[in-house]
Amino acid sequence: MTLALAPAGLLAASVQHSLVRLSGVDIAVIAIYFGIVIYIGFYLKGSSNTSEEFFMAGREMTAWIAGLSFVSANLGSLELMGWAGSAYQYGILATHWYWIGAIPAMLFLGIVMMPFYYISRTHSVPGYLHLRYGDGTRALSAICFALMTVLMSGINMFAMAVVMKVVLGWNLSFSIWVSSITVAIYVALGGLRSAIFNEVLQFLLIWLGALLIPILGLVECGGWTNLKHQIATRLGTTDYTHLWSTTAHFKDNPMGIHWTGIVFGLGIVISFGYWTTDFLVVQRVLSAHNLRAARMSPIIGAAFKMCVPFIVILPGLLALSVLPVHLVPANVAAATGQHSYNEVLPLMLVRYCGPGLLGLGVTALIAGFMSGMAGNVSAFATVWTYDIYGAFLNRKASDSHYVAMGRWCTFIGVLISVGTAYIVQHAASIMDYVQALFSFFIAPLFGTVILGMLWKRATKAGGFWGLLAGTCTAIGLWVWVHFNPAALRYVALSPDAKVMAEDMYRALWSWLVCVIVTVVVSLMTQPRPESELEGLVYGATKLPEEHDDHWYQKPIVWASVIAVVFIGLNIIFW
Amino acid sequence: MRGHTSIWFFSGILLLCYGLLITATGLWELVHPPAVEPVLWQLHAPIWWGGMMTAGGLFYTIRFRSHH
Repeated sequence: MTLALAPAGLLAASVQHSLVRLSGVDIAVIAIYFGIVIYIGFYLKGSSNTSEEFFMAGREMTAWIAGLSFVSANLGSLELMGWAGSAYQYGILATHWYWIGAIPAMLFLGIVMMPFYYISRTHSVPGYLHLRYGDGTRALSAICFALMTVLMSGINMFAMAVVMKVVLGWNLSFSIWVSSITVAIYVALGGLRSAIFNEVLQFLLIWLGALLIPILGLVECGGWTNLKHQIATRLGTTDYTHLWSTTAHFKDNPMGIHWTGIVFGLGIVISFGYWTTDFLVVQRVLSAHNLRAARMSPIIGAAFKMCVPFIVILPGLLALSVLPVHLVPANVAAATGQHSYNEVLPLMLVRYCGPGLLGLGVTALIAGFMSGMAGNVSAFATVWTYDIYGAFLNRKASDSHYVAMGRWCTFIGVLISVGTAYIVQHAASIMDYVQALFSFFIAPLFGTVILGMLWKRATKAGGFWGLLAGTCTAIGLWVWVHFNPAALRYVALSPDAKVMAEDMYRALWSWLVCVIVTVVVSLMTQPRPESELEGLVYGATKLPEEHDDHWYQKPIVWASVIAVVFIGLNIIFW
Repeated sequence: MRGHTSIWFFSGILLLCYGLLITATGLWELVHPPAVEPVLWQLHAPIWWGGMMTAGGLFYTIRFRSHH
């Protein structure tokens, strides 16, 4: 969801020798992975001949596959390594990005929003905006999404190459071209189905490769209670192992964050914006084979998402206790040659894993990178073909023409990503701007989509101007703080706030502006007749009755179970 | 998915290959200990972790193999 890694700094910090020395067995493990993903691409080529098959995986996915793919599309290696580093830096507070920053939104998507996405038979989130608000809103969201997605893919590609250089000593261009050519082959051949298959494999690999670290780490520390004592003794504070009790004031916790920012900025706006409107993840759920599967997919994803801190946050906390070296920020590491926070996961991998297991861990990282890239590229191809090319440039082409366009788009998307990766290599600051730009768009988009789904009175003009005003607000606030850091006290409500707190409050304000402008403009303009809103809006849509044979087949039952576990975990680690 | 080999079959194959490879490496290391031992090497993680992967891989490969 958010990249905490600083690849440019990491590159500068790279030492002459790599962290990991691979054996023949490790190379074999990596080679087997590449062989299987390319084979899957060729195997699935024959089943991606129509646009519905290529872009929507034929809408044949079961709840489990769509659910794993849904959570896996977000579980990139940068995400894992970045948040493990954040756990080392900020303690257990980093868990908020996996729990309150994901679980409520995923359950909301499954229970409330999915019926409208699914019943409308839309191919994409901009496609839904077209049905609900018309071409203007669709064009704005599609162009922003396509541009940002392909640029983000390039940034991730560069970051991956940097990590491979630091961890394995691989040449940057070698990593970029091998991974991008592989991804281009299997996505262009098999479309979304191929991307989803590989995401499921990646999910398995990440767990298999990373799970040993917390298991062996807890054995070494003597359990969770001992780990907490050891961290408190080593750092002289217990702040690193509490989720909420230190968030009453910005100064009381290592992250410089307040609980209102976590709950409203992260838990409501950023999280709901990302998990319910970012087409990269929503596309996976739209591929489900029926409405029940589509509703269960995010709920299954939420269950797995809730477990991810065990393989990401816990290794960061374990490193605070067991690593003999002290890790430092990337810029300090660049100057001193020490290890940076972002290297915590590879360092823990090397600590516990010998030949074979080491290869498995490295393969998990590579798989994570490639899967993230495939997710970006497949979403880009869909939005470009359906919502830009097919909607505005060539409306009357044949189905096979659109499939061909999708395949070409995959290659072009990969090439643009490669180009971005090389540009970023020479101008690292571009990366920060693009990441910030991407985040600008998500929060207001959530305001536009949720009002469109839940409020019949929202009009075409309201949707368009609300989205535009919200996006401009986010950009304006960012520019304001960028050129005048003192403005932080107004944007984030405190001069003590840090970067992550600023992100959350900026998202909150941009969402509020989007909602207010949408409401005001809608009330001033002519509403659409209710008959046109059938299948798009709550109150104007008759939801199909689901005939579940047993109580345990109902999505609401499992969403309730996940919600109870989620609340329990927050209380346990309070 | 109609007419396709299941993704779970591919997952099983991958698990099986990795499980066998890692277990074999673990057994080899029993006889030829590495020059630099990882922390907790005495627990022989490659053997039991690789063994579990092999068992899981076998199950998924057989359970989801194509019948046509």
